Amino acid sequence: MAKLHITTSINGEATEFLCEPHETLLDVLRNDLQMTGTKEGCGSGDCGACSVTVDGRLTCACLVLGVEAAGREIGTIEGIGSSDKLSVIQEKFLEHAALQCGICTPGLVVSTQALLEQNPNPTEAEARYFLAGNLCRCTGYDKIIRAVLDAAATMRGAA
Amino acid sequence: MAVVDYNAPQSVQEAVALLSGSDIKTKVMAGGTDLIIQSKSQAVEPLRVVDLKHIAEMMSYSLDDGGLSLGPCMCCAEFTALHDVETLYPGLVEAAYLIGSTQVQGRASIGGNLCNSSPAADTIPALIAIGAKCLIVGAGGERTVAVEDFVTGVGRNCMQPGELLQRILVARPAPGSRDAYLRFIPRTEMDIAVAGAGVSVTLDSQGVCTAARIAIGAVAQTALLVASAADALVGTKLDEASVAKAAAVASAAASPITDRRGTIEFRRHIVGVLVKRATLIAKERAQASL
Repeated sequence: MAKLHITTSINGEATEFLCEPHETLLDVLRNDLQMTGTKEGCGSGDCGACSVTVDGRLTCACLVLGVEAAGREIGTIEGIGSSDKLSVIQEKFLEHAALQCGICTPGLVVSTQALLEQNPNPTEAEARYFLAGNLCRCTGYDKIIRAVLDAAATMRGAA
Repeated sequence: MAVVDYNAPQSVQEAVALLSGSDIKTKVMAGGTDLIIQSKSQAVEPLRVVDLKHIAEMMSYSLDDGGLSLGPCMCCAEFTALHDVETLYPGLVEAAYLIGSTQVQGRASIGGNLCNSSPAADTIPALIAIGAKCLIVGAGGERTVAVEDFVTGVGRNCMQPGELLQRILVARPAPGSRDAYLRFIPRTEMDIAVAGAGVSVTLDSQGVCTAARIAIGAVAQTALLVASAADALVGTKLDEASVAKAAAVASAAASPITDRRGTIEFRRHIVGVLVKRATLIAKERAQASL
């Protein structure tokens, strides 16, 4: 099957890749572009481990075909913070020990960033509803929500 | 189904042309939250995809004196943030808000929910309650079908090969006319309806109900418009007795199945409860709009 040549932008960088029509954006990120920060959990849009943004809108990379990235702006965990300087959200996840195995963490950080861009001052209930599509089987969510609300407060203070 | 061919037409005409003229099974894609998963689960059959999201009119809406004209592929996250639509059709917006997670809402659309034609689809009873119509286009031209007649069975609808859903049309509700949608799930979010109810009521200045529509979901092979339940409301002030009667008629009209989400008995009971509560919410909204 002929591969398709796709031109896109990932975390603000012009990117090209070849993919087959059936490959998802998740397949492309992990297998073709070696951007393995985006995790594969369920592969069916239920767990949120592969949360990314497409033109700024939060979605699951497993629910997007790779070819659909053409001309879009894709945002992944690799675009948040750096090895030298973590983002506030990442720092707060560490500070509150809001992770154990870590598989859900990149997706949660991406989703939390989307939440706080949309709503810088969420209530606990709003944060829980917004993040309900990010499943974590380790923490029981309490520490995650504390980290999210603390990050929100810190970012509001810093703004 | 394995996607072997991807097409992103720029116009409805181009999309319609793509739908015919191939030996490979062809499906239209809106958000893809159902289609991509289905294509992965049955990976043998080749599938040709026609992605409608590059067609501007599929992604847009207009709201004027004539009512709502909705591009069926607009994602639910965008739709639920339309405050002008929410003011007039709060029930449809709350149904769209219930579909999946934030991530799923970033892709999933009302048109996709309708065309996937699941018995448990949240937006279908909500659309029926407000009398929504589907504008369908194909090589032979356009036709309009009421949503209650659109879905014909589990995962089946009235669209013929080569046709696609071009627009969802809803008349503008008069002051005194508003809708509500409720569903039951055993948790607080991220689940599929065990039962659902969409209700719209129209009140006159005296608070008397002059028109009503009641639709129930996940309790039959398709969402059902229960005209006899709505009849129990017309001419009343939506007092407790008449609302209870409408609920009982709706319960009786249900023909649910038992599955892991709920039993026949539970679904039949709970759909009546939902009709009652949704009616009271719609009543309150209708009063506030007068």
